[in-house]
Amino acid sequence: MSFPWAQEYKPQGTVSKWVDERLPLPRLVYNAVGAGYPVPRNLNYFWNFGVLAGVALVIQIVTGIVLAMHYYASIDGAFNSVEHIMRDVNAGWFLRYAHMNGASFFFIVVYIHIFRGLFYGSYKAPREMIWLLGVTIFLLMMATAFMGYVLPWGQMSFWGAQVITGFFSAIPLVGEPLRQWLLGGFAPDQAALNRFFSLHYLMPFVIAGVIILHIWALHIPGSSNPTGVSIKGEQDTVPFHPYYTAKDGFGLGIFLIFFVAVTFFAPNMLGHPDNYIPANPLSTPAHIVPEWYFLPFYAILKAFTVDFGIPFTGIIIVPAKLMGVLAMFGSILLLFFLPWLDTSPVRSGHYRPLFRKFFWFGLIPSLIVLTYCGGKPPYTQWVVLSQIAAAYYFAHFLIILPIVSRIERPLPLPNSITEAVTGKPLETAAA
Amino acid sequence: MSTVKKTNGTGEKPVKAPKTAVAAALNADSTTSGNIPAEDLRDDNNDQAPGVRRRDFIHIATVSFAGVGAAAVAMPIISQMSASADVRALASIDYDTSEIDPGMAVKISWRKQPVFIRNLTPAEIEAANKVDVGALRDPQTLADRTKPGKENWLITLGVCTHLGCVPLGAAAGEVKGEYGGYFCPCHGSHYDTAARIRKGPAPTNLVVPEFAFISDTVVKIG
Repeated sequence: MSFPWAQEYKPQGTVSKWVDERLPLPRLVYNAVGAGYPVPRNLNYFWNFGVLAGVALVIQIVTGIVLAMHYYASIDGAFNSVEHIMRDVNAGWFLRYAHMNGASFFFIVVYIHIFRGLFYGSYKAPREMIWLLGVTIFLLMMATAFMGYVLPWGQMSFWGAQVITGFFSAIPLVGEPLRQWLLGGFAPDQAALNRFFSLHYLMPFVIAGVIILHIWALHIPGSSNPTGVSIKGEQDTVPFHPYYTAKDGFGLGIFLIFFVAVTFFAPNMLGHPDNYIPANPLSTPAHIVPEWYFLPFYAILKAFTVDFGIPFTGIIIVPAKLMGVLAMFGSILLLFFLPWLDTSPVRSGHYRPLFRKFFWFGLIPSLIVLTYCGGKPPYTQWVVLSQIAAAYYFAHFLIILPIVSRIERPLPLPNSITEAVTGKPLETAAA
Repeated sequence: MSTVKKTNGTGEKPVKAPKTAVAAALNADSTTSGNIPAEDLRDDNNDQAPGVRRRDFIHIATVSFAGVGAAAVAMPIISQMSASADVRALASIDYDTSEIDPGMAVKISWRKQPVFIRNLTPAEIEAANKVDVGALRDPQTLADRTKPGKENWLITLGVCTHLGCVPLGAAAGEVKGEYGGYFCPCHGSHYDTAARIRKGPAPTNLVVPEFAFISDTVVKIG
């Protein structure tokens, strides 16, 4: 590992020595999430959420694989096969509810993980690559979740697929052919359902692969910490095992309590009743809404109601629909540029008084407003609110952060993690 | 990452004497493997321009050939996702309109989407033609949206241009909205008797698909 004081893997038994010489996989695990990985001693509970996201992915893969043993990807049979899982398959109701709510909980922990990174500046040098891979994982998760939601072939499945693939038709010239290529037809149908099932099964494994890269990239500089101060000596760290395996284990227990509570007692709380109506291409639900984790982006999409063009000439350069689609994708793609938009050398929001104000009183409220408005019908008051919130969201990253980074006077940083924790200076002689 | 130290065989068996030439080659140390002198492995010709080697051509040709091959294989993998023959076979449909009396409309399915076929009454045609086209959100006349001599046959997609809901007004007894055409209950878009947007959030008129009368009564859509 990157720190010279990291504990070395010492296989004890004959078998483990034999394995280590031929395939040092236990050594890899030891160095990745075992005692061989030195971690800052001051991590708070926000640092649990990476591991929790990993657990959520495992829950999704395990429940998903067994659900696929009973699911039938056909426009005539898909809805009934899901009902068959719910009513007839042994423990099927539990597996499906766990998979359904597992998706929501995956997004909950990933959103907290992302906000941890945003507040503590985890995206800054030398951890940009971890952040870029993380945004990639987020995009893959969104694609996977969308395709999974289509599979039960209920009303929301069908009309969600109609609306989301409709985004592509906003692209000039190639949009409509592209949409028809993605769907394999003129509207969501058998071809679309089948390929969505195929890709929904594939994508989690792609995500798992990118997660390996994400963790690999993390292990080069090592974990960040709430002070944002780099590790300066052995005293600043503790081995991942047993210290953080224990802390993550405790956090996992809390996470699972919430997860099973919702799965058992309010399994449909986060879903939409309309998806228990079989898909009907000739009748739309009164109000098409995506799952809650897409609502902020849906609100941005709907916030663009006016064509962008030359005033008083009637010449339209970018129609409103395309603007909305570009803004929605842009709101996520913009995160790729974050490490270079926020140029402040101070990582942690604790030591950035101005940044912290914009974070808590700007970014977080704007996302709450967007989430709320995304679920509302597009009446004027909600549209205006989402326009204000969307404008703030973009301004926060593109204007406020670069300016704040330049004008802000950060608070004095502790000399080391050890000093921040114990108040005593780090014994540099030991390092 | 991890560094496996080369151990000199606490668990390894002592190397036995090779029995065959193959075994000898396998067990030989890499620095002494083979009998080819190192200079014969190089192919740099001194009579060529500096920096250009004869083997460059082989490299470029190999990579190009593999690239063309990969592109050729990618074509079926990409095109399999386009609409298949059975889907394309249903891309256009014929419909006999003789059963639709003036003032009536039917809702049929075309490309898995609803299509409204409406036989306008003279009063509805008159109402549509009275409108000041310039004042419309999406300026079109009734004649723009119908076929010459068949102005009473209004054929549109039954998909609201706002967010894709199916408007009301095609079936008997349904609300037709303030302008006597169609009304979308989702977000309150009102369409007139030429299915043009008049009030509400929809940006454009209901879409008129490609259609043609292939006989006096049979219309081909698509």
